[in-house]
Amino acid sequence: MREFAFVRPTNVEQAVELVTGDPDAAYLAGGTTLVDLMKDGVLRPRRVVDIARLPLREVIRTDHAVTVGALTTMEELAAEPVLAERAPVLREALLAGASTQLRNMATIGGNLLQRARCRYFRDPSVRACNKRSPGSGCAAVDESARMHAILGAGESCIALHASDLAVALVALDAVVHLQGTTGTRRVPLTEFYRVPGSTPERENVLEHGQLITAVEIPLPAAGTASGYLKIRDRASYEFALVSAAAVLEIRDGVIHDARMGLGGVGTIPWRAPTAESLLRGARPGTGVFRAAAASAIRDTFTVPGTAFKVALARRTIERALSTVSGGTP
Amino acid sequence: MSFEPPLVRTAVQVNGFERKLEADARLTLLDALRDVIGLTGTKKGCDQGACGACTVLLEGRRVLSCLTLAAQCDGRQVTTIEALAGDDLHPLQAAFIRRDAFQCGFCTSGQIMSAVALLDEGRAGSDDEIREFMSGNLCRCGAYPNIVAAIRDVAGGRNHDA
Repeated sequence: MREFAFVRPTNVEQAVELVTGDPDAAYLAGGTTLVDLMKDGVLRPRRVVDIARLPLREVIRTDHAVTVGALTTMEELAAEPVLAERAPVLREALLAGASTQLRNMATIGGNLLQRARCRYFRDPSVRACNKRSPGSGCAAVDESARMHAILGAGESCIALHASDLAVALVALDAVVHLQGTTGTRRVPLTEFYRVPGSTPERENVLEHGQLITAVEIPLPAAGTASGYLKIRDRASYEFALVSAAAVLEIRDGVIHDARMGLGGVGTIPWRAPTAESLLRGARPGTGVFRAAAASAIRDTFTVPGTAFKVALARRTIERALSTVSGGTP
Repeated sequence: MSFEPPLVRTAVQVNGFERKLEADARLTLLDALRDVIGLTGTKKGCDQGACGACTVLLEGRRVLSCLTLAAQCDGRQVTTIEALAGDDLHPLQAAFIRRDAFQCGFCTSGQIMSAVALLDEGRAGSDDEIREFMSGNLCRCGAYPNIVAAIRDVAGGRNHDA
């Protein structure tokens, strides 16, 4: 690990100024990404700015939304009663991620900013990684890959965004609150992440030093069913091969509203709008679920090791829709 | 290029005693416990947040000490395996012995610290629940059935007493 100076600012403004003014500074919250990648030599900040004690930990509930301070831990948010009541998909996605130890450390803001789960990105002895070292190539495309993306992917990068939480949050139309030295702004999570394109090193719209201060989560209408289905190599404490967050509002036997997020498949937490429009107005059933699943997994970029995800993702979506709509899986 | 960041002064409450550190900012809580303070009960397995062997309680919650910087713990309470036994073993320690819940023993202090937290969290209601919420602690010897049995014994006893 490269040497660094450790500082603990006393308020948000001071923290934002410190990091904005120093290109070699990094925020430290739970540490589960930063400390890990610093040990590996992938991230090499000269100054680590500990923000864990800043007052960004409140969870505020109104009738229509819950606004979560960015430093709330995953375990703390999972324990909020409003989730079980109004957004089971969010609670399920939180508890499907990592282990209790990691969820006690990892914060909501940090989870959204976790770095790619690509073994080549995480290994500085591998030369070719466009994300770590722009223009160097992509070892995952050229060599072997499995835990990689098939949507939003291309020759330049197939690294996966492995957050379960973010998949549920894109499906719920969450909005992130950002603070920089010039002010605050709000960005829908669906517009926050950037697919790699020709610049895999740019993962989201944040400018250096901008801080996520809160995540605003609109609550689905009462009576909306939702759930998170995660398919993985072992039953617990494992990243998704494929996952699906389904939010269905069914009225009088007809799907009034449908929202769908996908994990394990995208270079960013993936939203499936074409599947949603197929579902809206339809009666729940195998036919429409299958059509929605097929439409969600289109224009894929696969390598031999990831080709299996196409069929697996479609079946996962179909089963998630079937389960959430109340049919047998 | 020379770069010499200042040492970080940290005061951590470890098992009820204040420990003052003046150390390189890179020092993890795990290395502070083992190499500076001399409490070697907490184990270094993978040292990258994957195995759970380094599990300790920070402010009563289970965390991975290998991914926690010592500097982050200033003014905080840390509880390690060394704090569990008084005159008698902690019920979980006794149950692990009774149920033969370890072979090589390297993961055991992490398993037990995690199980202490699991019981506090109220997540030992069934074998399935124990398995799910102990999944962050790997055991390469494969003592899982006996670990579940040991935790079930203590949880059952606790439920019975309640």
